[in-house]
Amino acid sequence: MPFFRPGQSYVDANLLRRHHLTEKTAGYILLACAVVSVLTTIGIVVVLLAQALNFFADVSVVEFLTGTEWTALFQNQQQWGVLPLVSATLMVTLLSLVVAIPIGLMSAIFLSEYASPRTRAILKPVLELLAGIPTIIYGFFALTFITPEILKRLWPQTSVYNVLAASIAVGIMIVPLIASLSEDAIRSVPSSMREGAYALGATKLEVSTRIIVPAALSGIVASFILATSRAVGETMIVALAAGAKAQMVTNPLEPGETMTGYIVQVVSGDASRGTSIYYSLFAVGLLLFVMTLALNIFSHWFVRRFREEYE
Amino acid sequence: MSAPFHALPDESLTATGNLPRRQKIASIGRGIFLLATLFAVAALVVLLWYIFQRGWNWLSWGLLTNPPSRRPERAGLSIAISGTLWIISLTLLVAFPMGVAAAIYLEEYAPKNRWTRILQINISNLAGVPSVVYGLLGLGIFVEWLNLGRVVLAGALTMALLSLPVIIIASQEALRAIPWSLREAAYGVGATRWQVTASHVLPAAIPGILTGVILAVSRAIGETAPLLVAGAAGFVTTKPGGFFDSYTTIPIQIYNWMSRPQTEFRDLASAGIIVLLALLISMNLIAIIVRQRFSAKTRW
Repeated sequence: MPFFRPGQSYVDANLLRRHHLTEKTAGYILLACAVVSVLTTIGIVVVLLAQALNFFADVSVVEFLTGTEWTALFQNQQQWGVLPLVSATLMVTLLSLVVAIPIGLMSAIFLSEYASPRTRAILKPVLELLAGIPTIIYGFFALTFITPEILKRLWPQTSVYNVLAASIAVGIMIVPLIASLSEDAIRSVPSSMREGAYALGATKLEVSTRIIVPAALSGIVASFILATSRAVGETMIVALAAGAKAQMVTNPLEPGETMTGYIVQVVSGDASRGTSIYYSLFAVGLLLFVMTLALNIFSHWFVRRFREEYE
Repeated sequence: MSAPFHALPDESLTATGNLPRRQKIASIGRGIFLLATLFAVAALVVLLWYIFQRGWNWLSWGLLTNPPSRRPERAGLSIAISGTLWIISLTLLVAFPMGVAAAIYLEEYAPKNRWTRILQINISNLAGVPSVVYGLLGLGIFVEWLNLGRVVLAGALTMALLSLPVIIIASQEALRAIPWSLREAAYGVGATRWQVTASHVLPAAIPGILTGVILAVSRAIGETAPLLVAGAAGFVTTKPGGFFDSYTTIPIQIYNWMSRPQTEFRDLASAGIIVLLALLISMNLIAIIVRQRFSAKTRW
């Protein structure tokens, strides 16, 4: 007969124990899934380092980092100076930023400060579409449209494969990234700052360029850094359009092979396991990983260090 | 006493000095910003127009049903389509539960301490690792170390690791959008943490999570570089039938066609791109429908 007295527990102890068990198991399983991401990072570092060490058993690190000749695919006279690949990567990155930074930032300002809600509702999805297009399509576009239809007409000496076409395509690809991240930063500037400036008689342009952009600068610069990292790691566009000729790039109308382009070139042929060419994939990959990681960490640090908190 | 500050009638506040000039500059500025935005739109239009006018005539039923061939008019995507389906469904099978679980851990379970912060920073850094590096990871671990070879399973696991951070971050955002009052109400009637998560927070967050997952998958479908590195085969003539078969995917087949010098193959590649875009756009439409269907019902 159920009769409740003070001091007695009315909760089924078995039920409690079962719940406790479920709780603990669930917690551990969820934690295990989260830890997979750490294992991925460790996996990347270990794989790249281990295989790169095989490479550096044959090639000195100094030669790799300072050499200006990369002739990996020449039998018997291989030279492993990575600088030609790095120069092409840097050239593509730089030129793509020249395209993407002004366009991305100005689009961000237009979308957040000028556009009516209706215009915004049309333009925003267009940018998202641009961001969702697979990079292989941009590569094809660069190779078969930008080079012959635009660059060859402007500069007839342009090579079929050239760094500039790839850079323009990479630039178009990262515009949405810069635009959407900068827009987020701009939107988080409180409207009281805008209103204060308008009340003093500032024009819209003055408000945008002298109040909004400086106030959102940390987020805007962070978007540039992330875009840089994306451009450094971009693969298919440069593999298709920039060519496979590893040389120090000085003229963007000539071909150049980036680090990522080299990786694709090697895996598209047959690199048998155990050869220096095979291990060089990982050495180049390691350098690429270090460069993008440094940029990503720098961008996080930059936001944390320079963010203005408005409340 | 100093002179009064209020404007005298004859010194009215009309535009003087450089105001007209400032306004003129402002309107030029507006024009430049608009042009920059339209550049992005124009780029998209030109790109799509170019692909369609080049590939439209090559679209045919055979493109979807034929195996690859050395003759462009006979070549098709059938093997690549089934490869993509294999890779993507396996990727989803691994990355979806794992990514959502990791997100639940970070949002609902994790204590706010240094380890959690490191976990979080690690995930956002992983999201920034170039996809080709994931390809090298897959090549090193799955293809070589586990000795799976260049097979479906190795490719799918590579893609799962690549999609994981994206899925985690999207799911975290979806979970964060659920108001605390919902959790507190459930805790208030004595629910345990797992009960709160599994029967209240998760159902409410599912549309957001699904949207994120669909977007992550559509990104994975278009990825070429990681599978090129981690072992998709260039020329496969049979559809994969299991985990340990060799495979190719739609973007890789398109890449093969692109790398041939003949114009016919490049036209064919354009047609292949149209197929790929159609697939991606339908996935995005599903994402939009999921988002609207569910968000119409819930108002916080």
